Amino acid sequence: MQQIKLLLGDEAIAEGALQSGIKGVYAYPGTPSTEITEYIQHSLLSEENGIHCTWSSNEKTAMEAALGMSYAGCRSLVCMKHVGMNVAADAFVNAAMTGANGGLVVVAADDPSMHSSQNEQDSRFYGKFAMIPVLEPSTQQEAYEMVQYAFTLSEQEKLPVLLRITTRLAHSRAAVNIRTERPDIARKTVADDPSSWVLLPANAKKKNMALTAKQSHLERLSGENAFFKLTLSEQGNGKGIITCGTGYNYVMENKALEAGFHVLKIAQYPVPEEKVKDFAAQCTEILVVEDGQPFLEEQVRSIVGGGYPLRGRLTGELPRTGELNPDHVATALGMKSAPFFKIPDGIVPRPPALCQGCGHRDVYIALNKVLADYPASKVFADIGCYTLGALPPFCAIDTCVDMGASITMAKGAADAGLFPAVAVIGDSTFTHSGMTGLLDAVNDHSNITVIISDNLTTAMTGGQDSAGTNKFEAICLALGVEKEHVKVVVPLPKNMDEITATIRKEIEYQGVSVIIPRRECMQTLARKKRKALSKRNQEGTK
Amino acid sequence: MKKDIILSGVGGQGILSIATIIGDAATRAGLNLKQAEVHGMSQRGGEVESGLRLSDTEIHSDLVPLGSADLILSMEPMEALRYLPFLQKEGYVITSSSPFLNIAAYPEEVVRRALAGLEHVITVDLDQIIREHSIPKSANVLLLGVAAEFIGILTPEQLEESIRNIFSPKGEAVVEMNIKAFKLGREYGKRQ
Repeated sequence: MQQIKLLLGDEAIAEGALQSGIKGVYAYPGTPSTEITEYIQHSLLSEENGIHCTWSSNEKTAMEAALGMSYAGCRSLVCMKHVGMNVAADAFVNAAMTGANGGLVVVAADDPSMHSSQNEQDSRFYGKFAMIPVLEPSTQQEAYEMVQYAFTLSEQEKLPVLLRITTRLAHSRAAVNIRTERPDIARKTVADDPSSWVLLPANAKKKNMALTAKQSHLERLSGENAFFKLTLSEQGNGKGIITCGTGYNYVMENKALEAGFHVLKIAQYPVPEEKVKDFAAQCTEILVVEDGQPFLEEQVRSIVGGGYPLRGRLTGELPRTGELNPDHVATALGMKSAPFFKIPDGIVPRPPALCQGCGHRDVYIALNKVLADYPASKVFADIGCYTLGALPPFCAIDTCVDMGASITMAKGAADAGLFPAVAVIGDSTFTHSGMTGLLDAVNDHSNITVIISDNLTTAMTGGQDSAGTNKFEAICLALGVEKEHVKVVVPLPKNMDEITATIRKEIEYQGVSVIIPRRECMQTLARKKRKALSKRNQEGTK
Repeated sequence: MKKDIILSGVGGQGILSIATIIGDAATRAGLNLKQAEVHGMSQRGGEVESGLRLSDTEIHSDLVPLGSADLILSMEPMEALRYLPFLQKEGYVITSSSPFLNIAAYPEEVVRRALAGLEHVITVDLDQIIREHSIPKSANVLLLGVAAEFIGILTPEQLEESIRNIFSPKGEAVVEMNIKAFKLGREYGKRQ
């Protein structure tokens, strides 16, 4: 039996994973990957089958837990945004060395154009780096099918498999045909092979040789799967397009086949070299259309050689950076027509802003008041809603780099004599990557003031549970911050005098102090109220 | 038949709910649909846009190409103008005329003049109508009502059925409020 559901790409992946019989999903929230885990959390099947689906503290703990589940013989899914791959990288790359036992699929959601990110790194490079298969779906339906293929492939090749998507697929909805019967996926026996799983040099050397030797086999699979597609145009003009992922959709939107282009769609890496060679021989020139960095283009270049007419992001036919769209592809195919309307002069941007009534606002108002007396002060901030403190009217932060960098950069700056060095970090980001940095600061008795702005949730991604809720004072004390320098305040306008006095006092303290302004996120609070109201309404109608 | 619609507004104004209603109606009607949403940072009081593509044939791109939208449906007048390059020559703009003032120098005069200069435009004083009829939470559904006759590929009745379907988990009172808003919007639309 089949059922049609209107799903985001993320949700289609979640459906595919449930259909594959996963025993657990491990993830840290991150746009545009968050909805995969949320969908599994809300599915009835999770409860029925005892599927693990609570949030992990960060992407590395998620990756390692999933590897442990694979070791134990069950299928597991790991989801993260592209920059999360940096955090998980140690575990991810070494998981390619141990290999997988139960199917292990890692989903990396890239964010070209940086809609909600600090860079636009392309996760396919990580797959190549780790020398494992990488899959790239074009549509929501393919995403659903491909996850299932990924689990099969992972168990067949005994390797983790990376599924790479981009924001556009993750956050676009389309009808997906879902199978309603659940296949019976047999649990494997626990891996009992220390020579594979203990990565001592003696073992790792053998595993590395085996993984390297396997590459030509993996390459062949890339050209043989159900998603690989070669379409020769009937009106062939000798020109070819090699494309993948959402790029394929833009090629088809522009009716490239009707216009005489042969189209080769690649859905799996390593790049199938023979197929690319054959295709190049059938064409006189090739355009590479891919969303993200020129990962495919560089490899096609090395396959076809320097003299072959190859165009793409590197040659300027397509933009070098940013998300691809159908208009870019139309231009590259020579089909562009100018739009009729323009944006009228005088229309101004409307940047995002902290919500009215948000506790982070009170934190920045207080911080700005105090730091006005310290012209040499610097505020090292972190990743979350409070990064918006960089914008007017606050203009309150000086840096934002990666999760946890607030505390450690403040520490390094303080080591160099900068005073006052203030770190601003959110509750969820603190447990993600801030704790170890705080320990460094405590051990060095660094002169920093850390503000953990606690809104009791992972707010930016939509209000997921935060791993450290109710534990922050205990964590700071356990890491060695002195008791009299762990201060909790309630960020409300009426408490402004108390908050500014606390900040001033702790800045003047020569050592590590932690101030925890704590008040629930306005969004999660409003959502709770709405839920309660609709529950009352429903009970009223019964 | 194919319809491309740009939904726009400010984060929190309920444009994704409009998309959900149209999406539900399209799926029930057996149409193909692609709807690109915005999540994450930009949702916090910033400009938001969602491209909605409906067709009885296969749709490839999740994104609406420039110059191809049949309709821009906007909860905010400046946000309607921001996406004009996506509109085709004969396309319609249906927008709230009530500015959302959360930025320093809102160009009210520029916006008013630019909208007045469009040939196919319907502006709705959403703030006033929702105040008059005490339906503060249904401004987005009211706007959808205004657009109901212009969507074309779906009938107003199909949309109304989806409003019931989408809001029913929230209780009958919420459903009725939204149906009322939808009907007010339809009447407004018909008068244009």
